[in-house]
Amino acid sequence: MTSYLLRRTAIGLLTLLLITFLIYGLIRAMPGTPLTGDMANLDPSKQLSEEALERRRVQYGLDKPWYQAYFVWLGNTLSGDLGKSIPQNDKPVATLIAERAPATLLLSVTSLILTYLLSIPLGLWSSTHSDSVAERTTSTLLYMLYSLPSFVAALYLQLLFYVKLDWLPLYGMHSDGYEQFTAAEYAWDLLKHSILPVICFTYGSLAYYSRFIRANMQEVVRQDFIRTAKAKGVPPGRVVWHHAFRNTLIPLVTLMGLTLPGLLSGAVILEQIFVWPGMGRLYFEAIGQRDYETIMGLTLMFSVLTLLGQLLADVLYAVVDPRVTYH
Amino acid sequence: MSQAVKDAAVVDGPVVDVANLHTHFHTDEGVVKAVDGVSFRIEQGHTLGIVGESGSGKSVTSLSIMQLLASSAKIETGTISLLGKDLVGLPEPQMRGIRGKDVSMIFQEPMTSLNPVFTVGAQVMEAIILHQEVSKAEARERTIALFKEVGIPEPEQRVDSYPHQMSGGQKQRVMIAMALSCNPKLLIADEPTTALDVTIQKQILDMLRKLRDERGMAILFITHDLGVIAEIADEVLVMFRGEMVEQGPVLDIFENPKHPYTKGLLACRPRLDTPYRLLPTVSDFMDIKVVESPQGQRIEVIEKELDAARLNQLKTQGRGRLLHPKSQLAEIGHPWEEANHLPDATAVEEGTKPLLSVRDLKVHFPVRRGLLARVVDHVKAVDGVSFDVYPGQTLGLVGESGCGKTTCGRAILRLVEPTSGKVTFDGKDVRALGRTDLREIRSQMQIIFQDPYGSLNPRMTIESAITEPMVIQGIGSGKKDRRDRAAALLEEVDLSSAFLRRYPHEFSGGQRQRICIARSIAVEPEFIICDESVSALDVSVQAQVLNLLKRLQEQRGLTYIFISHDLSVVKFMADMMAVMNQGKIVEFGPSEAIYEHPREDYTRRLISATPNDDLEHIRKLVAQRKQLRTG
Repeated sequence: MTSYLLRRTAIGLLTLLLITFLIYGLIRAMPGTPLTGDMANLDPSKQLSEEALERRRVQYGLDKPWYQAYFVWLGNTLSGDLGKSIPQNDKPVATLIAERAPATLLLSVTSLILTYLLSIPLGLWSSTHSDSVAERTTSTLLYMLYSLPSFVAALYLQLLFYVKLDWLPLYGMHSDGYEQFTAAEYAWDLLKHSILPVICFTYGSLAYYSRFIRANMQEVVRQDFIRTAKAKGVPPGRVVWHHAFRNTLIPLVTLMGLTLPGLLSGAVILEQIFVWPGMGRLYFEAIGQRDYETIMGLTLMFSVLTLLGQLLADVLYAVVDPRVTYH
Repeated sequence: MSQAVKDAAVVDGPVVDVANLHTHFHTDEGVVKAVDGVSFRIEQGHTLGIVGESGSGKSVTSLSIMQLLASSAKIETGTISLLGKDLVGLPEPQMRGIRGKDVSMIFQEPMTSLNPVFTVGAQVMEAIILHQEVSKAEARERTIALFKEVGIPEPEQRVDSYPHQMSGGQKQRVMIAMALSCNPKLLIADEPTTALDVTIQKQILDMLRKLRDERGMAILFITHDLGVIAEIADEVLVMFRGEMVEQGPVLDIFENPKHPYTKGLLACRPRLDTPYRLLPTVSDFMDIKVVESPQGQRIEVIEKELDAARLNQLKTQGRGRLLHPKSQLAEIGHPWEEANHLPDATAVEEGTKPLLSVRDLKVHFPVRRGLLARVVDHVKAVDGVSFDVYPGQTLGLVGESGCGKTTCGRAILRLVEPTSGKVTFDGKDVRALGRTDLREIRSQMQIIFQDPYGSLNPRMTIESAITEPMVIQGIGSGKKDRRDRAAALLEEVDLSSAFLRRYPHEFSGGQRQRICIARSIAVEPEFIICDESVSALDVSVQAQVLNLLKRLQEQRGLTYIFISHDLSVVKFMADMMAVMNQGKIVEFGPSEAIYEHPREDYTRRLISATPNDDLEHIRKLVAQRKQLRTG
């Protein structure tokens, strides 16, 4: 196992190098730089002179060819410095990420927990009641939800709960003046603001997961060992939970590992609609501003999380399936 | 004797009494009468063998007793009385208390019958804890004792093993331990040895016999193989299409079968001492007529006699054994003078070039470990195998699972790359061929696999399955021509050319295997490797397919390598036989000579493990049992 992990880590590091190198090349190939992007919004009278621009270019290392600049970035990153965001007034990238991460995590972790809490019982229930009218209705409904794009659902939910009923706020994470709230008021306010985004985040994956569990369960309950369990007199509940579901866990943990990067990447469109100050928006804004350092910092983070997630999935796979060992 | 055995109380009357059982399936296409009027009873300590082919209703009978039928099945009428209690219509919670306790079951597939994510010990303990008021520690102790009883080595360690860490035979022992764990009065064994090697089969049968006699259990033993029945049953019930066609004491059935179907089943088994060149089949003994009646369609059986002329025909039809050239026979220690008493044996002429020549063939699979995945060891699947196969000859490769016979066959076709050695086919060095040449030579070398279900693409019609290799090899002058050829091939393997537009799922296992045979001869090969090609088939279907292979060999001058774990089948098919063990050929020679004078212990073990339905042997077993019960 140890040597397997070491080998995987080594391959992972190589992959990281390749990803960051390619992404760096790609973003540098986009027209414009962090300096020109900023300039377009400025008052023409306050435009920098050619000399001043050139000075700043040298200052930020933008005069070097991209492959040289990449290695400068790489060197800084290896020494623990993710760089500074030029369009964000030289704010360190690490600080930017740290500011935005909690908002995204609040949505994604809540949504993940809800997904698992709801989809497992739902999937098990629908696999054991696969002929009933209630199950067929639920499955059809979930399937329809699965095909409904979340941004459409978001707009309808806003229309219903804000415009028509006025129960929930339209967007944002806090109400105005939240700095003066007591802890309880603050929590209540945050809860009200999160409900719609959490619903939009959750329903799609809920539909996907419960269908996934149902499909896998139906596969497992046809196996010979389920018949063996019944033949020794195991009660139906235990057959489903102990004998069948334990086998369904095997594909489920693989899926779990793959959700890890999604926890921090946020959802660009949903965050945009709900004006949610999360990572998705940060990424989107950074690309628009040619904010090289922030784009690279975020890319690096997502890549690391993706690779870690896959490794985690493989390790968990060996934990739940005794047939799998790594050498 | 264990505590459980002493507890086995004497039961009054039969353990199980099934009367006039009718179990029907209600499908979209109508009612299928899977079991149609079956009655039997089994006394304590006795074994009833139910024999019949796939779809005869034997498994549905056992699942009816267990009340584990699919939701579309229903017991229409009849009673199933276990220890005096009628099980039909018993509420499910009560039935659960009986399953695994009073009646337990073992299944055909030990590989898939155990849950892969739990240790084998935990699975046996679960059954104990479900039905008995014992602590976990106590259940574990009992499990270890059971493992000892069923002959699992190092039971204290093996209880913590997972199913994948055990061999098929050991898994079946675990299944038996689980079934015995609550000391059942009735054990239902549904084809428990069909998926196992003959040597393992013999061990399992011996053990079941011993456990039955010690514990006084009743056993319901289900199989398609009468040879196995002979080894274990007191009474036999023969089922055909849902109906019981014959029932009686084992010796009566074997000595004096009444129903033509029973006669056919008895005759179609290749026996080690069989003089036949072609096997009799069930259709030699009976014809089936579908009769329309007010109650729907009915099957009527018309009895036929296997007369002396037909018997003689079966014995003489087909060519005799085609042995190696005399000089080579002397070289391998089976001189012609010793081998020529075999019926119609002929020797290949001196100087004939072998069609296939294999020299020192090795297939080693690397075992990798460590950080840099270094090769630390090799699994020597095939370890220095040499033989020749002459045109028109059949070489039999026989051995247990894992002996390397399948890998050897695949390495010859380069479906697995050999590690070293030389394979010469028709004068060409197969290992030196490039991709195009290899594709070309593969039209002359075909393979037919074991599993007729997995070898046909379910989404391809039979026509495309058979014509695809023709397209690849450039045979036929267009779509129409290839279709005509495919139709002719289907008729050559005794199927209707109307099947061309159907899909594989519409066919039975035997029919599918015929389709696979048609597909492999579509490219007009000279040489075919049959890799366990009849092992998944019922004995009655096996006979038909074996006859077909022999007929094709004669008509088309084919050369075969016939791979099987079943010595009686290999002996029936093969001229020369190679016995393989642990990647090596341990014995090589004319089939008859190897059977009559085996030189190696390993070969002797294989021969003695083959089920024996010799009347003398059955008489001996019956006498032993009688003595045991009265004494």
